[in-house]
Amino acid sequence: MKFLFHLGQYALLMQKVFSKPEKKRLYFRQLLVELESLGLNSLGIVVVISVFMGAVITIQTGLNLENPFIPLYLIGYGTRDSMILEFSSTIVSLILAGKIGSNIASEIGTMRVTEQIDALEIMGVNSASYLIFPKILAAVISFPFLVIISIFIGIIGGWLGGCVLTDVLSTDAYIVGLRYYFVPYYITYSLIKTTLFAFIITSVSSYYGYYTEGGALEVGRSSTKAVVYSSVLILLFNLILTQLLLA
Amino acid sequence: MIEVKNINKSFNDISVLNDVSICFEEGKTNLIIGQSGSGKTVLLKCIVGLHEIDSGQILYDQNDFSRMNFKERKNIRKQIGMVFQGGALFDSASVEENILFPLNMFSDQSFEEKLERVHFCLKRVNIENASNKFPSELSGGMKKRVAIARAIALNPKYLFCDEPNSGLDPKTSILIDNLIKELTIEYNMTTIINTHDMNSVSEIGDRVIFIYQGNKYWEGSSQQIFKSDNEQLNDFVFASKLYKKIREIY
Repeated sequence: MKFLFHLGQYALLMQKVFSKPEKKRLYFRQLLVELESLGLNSLGIVVVISVFMGAVITIQTGLNLENPFIPLYLIGYGTRDSMILEFSSTIVSLILAGKIGSNIASEIGTMRVTEQIDALEIMGVNSASYLIFPKILAAVISFPFLVIISIFIGIIGGWLGGCVLTDVLSTDAYIVGLRYYFVPYYITYSLIKTTLFAFIITSVSSYYGYYTEGGALEVGRSSTKAVVYSSVLILLFNLILTQLLLA
Repeated sequence: MIEVKNINKSFNDISVLNDVSICFEEGKTNLIIGQSGSGKTVLLKCIVGLHEIDSGQILYDQNDFSRMNFKERKNIRKQIGMVFQGGALFDSASVEENILFPLNMFSDQSFEEKLERVHFCLKRVNIENASNKFPSELSGGMKKRVAIARAIALNPKYLFCDEPNSGLDPKTSILIDNLIKELTIEYNMTTIINTHDMNSVSEIGDRVIFIYQGNKYWEGSSQQIFKSDNEQLNDFVFASKLYKKIREIY
């Protein structure tokens, strides 16, 4: 019953969020702020994670390929496809759920408990739309770019880890692997997943922030719930989308 | 004028307001007083539509606010200014941006005209030097002044204040009270103030409504309040030694 209550309340909130904006110019300004906050400010962590992920994938794949009949360039192939199919979209989204999800829930939750949302409502502003819509839009726009960057950086990380820092394989073999049997649809699949994950992270976190009741303790709880439920939903929809788009 | 007719409100089957009817007159400061937990904040939030009432009517100049949808309420809300207990200023915006916000949302004026209005409002509440500061850099009294400036930015017809002098020293409290009173007269607003500060009652209260356990127990002027024989009201008004002493003197 509680699940149905939350589902219904979430659907009603989304209805409010996607209603016609009051002043498009103000929403656009808010969108630029959110693009910087959710997209640009996440670039650093995405780059760091991607470098290490790429390096570790290459080294681990190399260590596990003991059969001399399997060509080494497959390590590069494995790194590329692992980054595209799973690591850059799902893992980066899970990391961003932690960073952005908690940020959104605590920001909106604090606005709720300090009556800033009430102040917006009193002025006649659709607070749900004004606060949440630019965040969702900013994430949906910026996350695919972050994932493309993550794939690129991850592949560089793989080269650093496998060819520069260790002698798992040669640079030539790694490049051959990167160019071997490339399926462009995998990129499309990855971007579709990321777009949905961006929506899940921002909308679920906003939901928990928007309906915060109480004080600082409840803001903290909302923030935790936002991260946990966003992450669980990302994993669930990862499974569903993989089955739908790749199977 | 705002009329509240027979409103009832409950949360999880616990009744908070019982059949409350009040008429708030234009150009006057109407004070709602009562102990903490008596239901005065719920009453104020019901009047402005932050809480939906279970039954009854809320009329803004004969327009039934309680039956309106979000879009219809918007026209009334543009005429409402509200000062929240903690100020409710937007943390991420400067003082100037806070006051600009309602103007940007609902005014068709040019940016220069809006800015002029912002500085007029800031001057009116005597904090014209704080326009570039952020809420975190302001004192409690200054936050209240900014909240008042934001509330009056769109020339409201109705002003609501939820405990405007809570957490302020007596001198600043009187300054805030007097400012609200002056603005009420200046803009001929219907002002409703939630308070449990008896100084506010004696200083600026034109009409006083006493709420006790969710019921309207007493209504009258600030002069009448000290002569009332209502037991619950007297318990509230003369709770402090100072007011007991005053009663003994008079």
